[in-house]
Amino acid sequence: MRGRFAPYLLIAPSVLFLGALFLLPLVQTIALAFQEGSAPGFGLGNFARMADDLNFQDAVRNTFRIVLIVVPLQLSLALVMALMLGHLRRGRDIVLWIWSIPLGISDLAAGLVWLALLNDRGFLNSGLFRLGLIAAPQSYLTYETPGALLGAIVLAELWRATAIVLVIIVAGLQLIPKEYGEAASVFGASPWSIFRRITLPLLKPSIQTALILRTVLAFEMFGIVLALGGRNIPVLVSEAYNWQYANQDYGVAAAYAVVVMALSLAATLVYLRVLRPARGQMP
Amino acid sequence: MSHLSVLRRSFLALATLAALPALAHAEDLVWLSTQLRPLEEATKVREVILKGAPVKPLYVVDEPAPFTVRLQAELAANKHSTSLVGALHGELQPFAPSGSAAGGLMPLDDFAKTLADRGIPEKLMALGRYGTAHQFYIPWMQATYFMAANKKALPYLPNGADLNALTYDQLAEWAANIQAKTGNRMLGFPAGPKGLMHRFFEGFLVPAHTGGAVTAFRSAEAEAMWTKFAGLWKSVNPNSTNYNFMQEPLLTEDVWIGFDHVARLLDALRQRPDDFVTFPAPSGPKGRAYMPVLAGLAIPTGAPDVKGAEALITHLTRPATQITTATEVGFFPVVDAKLPTDLAPGIKLAVSAINATQNAKDALPVLLPLGLGSKGGEFDKVYLDTFQLIVLRGQPVRAVLDRQAETLRKIMTDANAPCWAPDAPSAGACPVN
Repeated sequence: MRGRFAPYLLIAPSVLFLGALFLLPLVQTIALAFQEGSAPGFGLGNFARMADDLNFQDAVRNTFRIVLIVVPLQLSLALVMALMLGHLRRGRDIVLWIWSIPLGISDLAAGLVWLALLNDRGFLNSGLFRLGLIAAPQSYLTYETPGALLGAIVLAELWRATAIVLVIIVAGLQLIPKEYGEAASVFGASPWSIFRRITLPLLKPSIQTALILRTVLAFEMFGIVLALGGRNIPVLVSEAYNWQYANQDYGVAAAYAVVVMALSLAATLVYLRVLRPARGQMP
Repeated sequence: MSHLSVLRRSFLALATLAALPALAHAEDLVWLSTQLRPLEEATKVREVILKGAPVKPLYVVDEPAPFTVRLQAELAANKHSTSLVGALHGELQPFAPSGSAAGGLMPLDDFAKTLADRGIPEKLMALGRYGTAHQFYIPWMQATYFMAANKKALPYLPNGADLNALTYDQLAEWAANIQAKTGNRMLGFPAGPKGLMHRFFEGFLVPAHTGGAVTAFRSAEAEAMWTKFAGLWKSVNPNSTNYNFMQEPLLTEDVWIGFDHVARLLDALRQRPDDFVTFPAPSGPKGRAYMPVLAGLAIPTGAPDVKGAEALITHLTRPATQITTATEVGFFPVVDAKLPTDLAPGIKLAVSAINATQNAKDALPVLLPLGLGSKGGEFDKVYLDTFQLIVLRGQPVRAVLDRQAETLRKIMTDANAPCWAPDAPSAGACPVN
């Protein structure tokens, strides 16, 4: 009797903890998004105000632009880096550790690092000036250079968060038995063929995990955008932050949060469906 | 990861707040303030301004919105932990008789009589009465906004321009001269996420051209003003949307001319007083509008230590403490305190600009927005959005003004806020004509 309930009893504390600290505020936030101030009942007023705001369309556009550029780039980079790691005999751990260093710092700190590199008096301008390539500091981070600003954010995100995808892919690669690759090369398959027909399909579960994690985090991107762009490049979470603290309208901030959550859920469902492992394949 | 971190952080903050009364001694007087929040300023309060005080309080700082929420919560729950509050006139207003949380402040009539010898101007004491017969806060310190310029910019001043009596047109010409002759845009405004750009619009640019902050928001004068300002912005450094404190770009010489609150210019003036000149904000057709900022000290109803709070107020309004406050954090005395002639040169620069502003022939004081309560942030957003749409995105001025006026009208009616000077007084919510 006790044996049957033991697992549930053991899990209960963490479930209650998560429930209280995560599910409860989540439900409250969703409720807040549908309530309008002190008016009773639920309505879509906050969403209407959110959509009417001058920054809403820019926020959506910028968020999608960043996600659609950063995630595929990071996946490709991580795959290449993981495969290269596989070929290293000595120093593999050190290289993996160095590549994971950016994971250890907060995204705001990463943003500040790149701000020091890219602002008017930053290292990039100083370096280009010393090489004689520019005559005066170039601005990359103002509202007059939206392309350069977006590029800077993409670059900072690539630097900071590729390691998340890399670590998952490396773990997935280690699960693939070497015999498959060896057998394939005995039969005359090229490295590209091995990669395309053996490695990638067997990596699908890891890629699925990495993509879900990375995409959800990308929709929530905030620290780097704030550090590099301030108000020049609104994204969904920075708008939620502004509505909460600058404009003191909690309802609209909650509405933004619900939108981010809905987008993350949708992306997760898409990945779960599209990258479903085939029946009979190793999980 | 962000959501979890925020949740984790808020849980830790809550846990710390809950533990705070246990950590602090039960007898510690809590002084809650919305002013002097940055770490350097708060440290100066704790270590310099409170030196020699009869009571050693626990100096707690809060942003304006959480400050209001906290006081309201204490009032509603009848659990009082704060004995002394220091905040701006507008931030204490909800707790005055006409405010949304009336009854939150203890009347200080008898105590105010003991401070009669301080020489606090009657005009300021009257503000502390909120139109009633009772004194709800004692004026603590005042400040305003002005402009500072690097001496390198002075040769480019237009002919016949008097630095202490500039007009907005002359400012635009000055910046354009610098851009034409040096190729760089050296005029800056604090339009960053934490900058006080909304105060520039509410207290300076708009009233100087339309005579008020609200009623003439979409008038023909306002339309002409925004068109002119969009032209002026062409000579403004585009990094202005990242500037929060103008002292930083002024010190690095990213800009040569800047506008900001005295507390956010003081570092530059103190570090390199020989490189800068200070002067009042420009004037427009309706006068030299400026926004005086008045902070006051009040005792919440039900405060645990009223005697201690009164002793603290007495200490903080002593002329010596007021002078220390001015020299340390750049907020100027409300009492009759002669600032010593051997002031640090940086402070002298700030004092001269403040005096020139207050004593200008065409000076037009504009009060901070009053009676907006929780709508204060949205009120600021109207001006910032108007700026964003007209100046940064180049949309047609008339259409933007009409749309934003609708939003402004809704805010004023929802908050039921009457007009404040220099707008003509209104019965009921302030109209947007």
